[in-house]
Amino acid sequence: MPDSSKSFDQTQPKPAQATPLNPRRRGIIIGASEGIGAALARKLAKEGFTLALLARRKDKLDELCAEINATANEIRAMAYVHDVAKYDEVPALLSRVVADLGGLDLVVFMAGVNFPPGLTSYNFEGDRKMIEVNLIGAMAWLIPVAEMFQSAKAGQIVGISSVAGDRGRIGNPGYNTSKAALSTYLEALRNRLARHGVNVLTVKPGFVKTEMLKAAQGATPFAITPEKAADDIYTAMRKRKQLIYTASIWRWIMLIIQHVPSVIFRRMSF
Amino acid sequence: MQKTFTQFENFGHSLNAPSYLIQPNTTEDIYEAFLLAKKKGLTVTARGAGRSYNDAALTGGGIVLDMRGMNVITEWDNSTGLVTAQSGTTLEQFWQRVEPDGWWPPVVSGTMKTTLGGCLSANIHGKNNFKMGPIGEHVVEFTAILPTGAEITCSPKKNADLFYSMISGLGMLGIFTSITMQMKRIHSGLLIIDALPVHNLHEQLSALLEGAPNNDYIVGWMDCIAGGKSLGRGQIHAARYLHEGDDPNPLETMKIKNQILPPRIFGVFPKSMLHYFMAPFMNNFGTWGINTAKYVVSLSKHTFRQSHAGFHFLLDYVPDWEFSYGRGGLIQYQSFIPKETAESAWTEILKLSHKNHLPSYLGVTKRHRPDKFLLTHAVDGFSLAMDFKVTNNNRAKLNQLLQEFDRIVLQAGGRFYFAKNSETTAETAANFYGNETIAKFKKLKKRCDPNGLLESDLYRRIFAD
Repeated sequence: MPDSSKSFDQTQPKPAQATPLNPRRRGIIIGASEGIGAALARKLAKEGFTLALLARRKDKLDELCAEINATANEIRAMAYVHDVAKYDEVPALLSRVVADLGGLDLVVFMAGVNFPPGLTSYNFEGDRKMIEVNLIGAMAWLIPVAEMFQSAKAGQIVGISSVAGDRGRIGNPGYNTSKAALSTYLEALRNRLARHGVNVLTVKPGFVKTEMLKAAQGATPFAITPEKAADDIYTAMRKRKQLIYTASIWRWIMLIIQHVPSVIFRRMSF
Repeated sequence: MQKTFTQFENFGHSLNAPSYLIQPNTTEDIYEAFLLAKKKGLTVTARGAGRSYNDAALTGGGIVLDMRGMNVITEWDNSTGLVTAQSGTTLEQFWQRVEPDGWWPPVVSGTMKTTLGGCLSANIHGKNNFKMGPIGEHVVEFTAILPTGAEITCSPKKNADLFYSMISGLGMLGIFTSITMQMKRIHSGLLIIDALPVHNLHEQLSALLEGAPNNDYIVGWMDCIAGGKSLGRGQIHAARYLHEGDDPNPLETMKIKNQILPPRIFGVFPKSMLHYFMAPFMNNFGTWGINTAKYVVSLSKHTFRQSHAGFHFLLDYVPDWEFSYGRGGLIQYQSFIPKETAESAWTEILKLSHKNHLPSYLGVTKRHRPDKFLLTHAVDGFSLAMDFKVTNNNRAKLNQLLQEFDRIVLQAGGRFYFAKNSETTAETAANFYGNETIAKFKKLKKRCDPNGLLESDLYRRIFAD
């Protein structure tokens, strides 16, 4: 059991105690400060979850927590500043957060970065950063979480991958790879954990109107709001689904794209 | 020591709290767990058999010490009736050890699955509370380990303040390690039991009041669904020990095999499967049928003999019965009200539950007397325990209803019991314990546990600052 006595801002007020008639599912959202993460935090808090929200930017987190707690008129969100690339912090922080939440039922790994190198240039630092955050960051969190849920024989993991992981394209090899690897990793976790009563949900969003979308080149068809994505994710969580695309049309688009023969695909500027 | 992240629930399966499980075998193991908790910034709570209906043995995200590994009966003197056992010993082990020698635990709960440590922490009572008090009154001495690592021995004479506060202290001052108790002499494995019907709440409470002085045990079953003139109807069971010579063959009736209930019905149907067949009846209509049928069957007044175990451990008749309440589980609401105000308060409570279509599916009444333990739940009066089914649809409404109940009980000068009630708020507790008692308990807590390591979810709910 890791050391959780290191202080991670222990001054914030604790959530109210769960009782049978006032149950509180407890969740962690890693990468919660904006975009789908923030929208999902609002949605889950509204549905009665008590949440630990993790992100790098303290001001944004505090703002979000204050908004959620004011809306609910009680403590439903707590903020923890954390950089996903600091893997060594994870075990102690997880233990601290679980103690603060009074248990754990859900972990959402949402953190992701995107550094498109451009169609003709290459950027090792950017690619490395994407792998470090999007993939290794997920491993650093989901391994101790999987261990906990496996022995508790309960729990739910939600991993936010991307349609970008379904095919290697010319625009952003590093991002494609990080998301393809994350999807495979989540699938493997699902196959490991399903027999222990743990659900692993892979979410593959298409275009979502967030900060990250501004980095995308070209057209962004079927773009949805973060709120719509959060609603889709919550519905899938409740049904304990394995994989969803959001918007759902991306399932069919990606089915076609996955089957475009290489001889054509490698000539496309897509 | 192995630590495993484990999903813990309350007995009613209506609450979960995942936490780290440690299974100590020695006092040193417990101390090590305290050290670990201090180092990691985690809370600790001891858990016995997990039979509490609420959050008394849960500490979400902290360390749960499963005490069932420390379950040795270390000394048994069948001439004096003094028995010493580790705190993880169950009442089942206990009575099975002493009964064949002609003794019986003076106070037992409605199930034999509970551990001694748990029984002392909640200071449980039996169907003889009016006569024998809670279990704590029969403890001669106990040893406990405090979170500071100090091992202390307490008796009514030695460390008396801790004796009267750790018993009833909800496991929040220290962890019991060894307990010495005085057993009661019996002259037969059987009790004589009078069963009599009562037709309304007034008769029910009068029967308890008048029956108690002439009996060793008394308990009432209440049909909480019946309304109108039959409000509070049910059946009273009053039991007496047999005197020496009443039983021609006491050694035979005291044998364990003549006490325990057969695991199969008619020798074929396994009782472990019964709860599946009960589940379809666990709704307002089904339980109306069951309660009405039970009442009709119990209308004749009669007297019979029954084994001690059969009379006491009603909750063990159907194994895993709590699962029959479905996915939302159940909660229990038990109120203790002085004899002068009980009838009007429970009339109001029963009527409110009917009005809201949230009747209790099972009601049990008992007669009580006060005791001098710090966090006592007893009054000179009666208790009524009610079971409520929890579903996703009724949570909010039931919550509101129970808050109304709390208000009525407090107004009647009543109290609550923390092996049972799960929705009691800190304000309600302060109201019936009194601020002075709570301040005294917190002061003892500071002394025994300066770092605040022992903290159950119940403690967070009721006592947290």
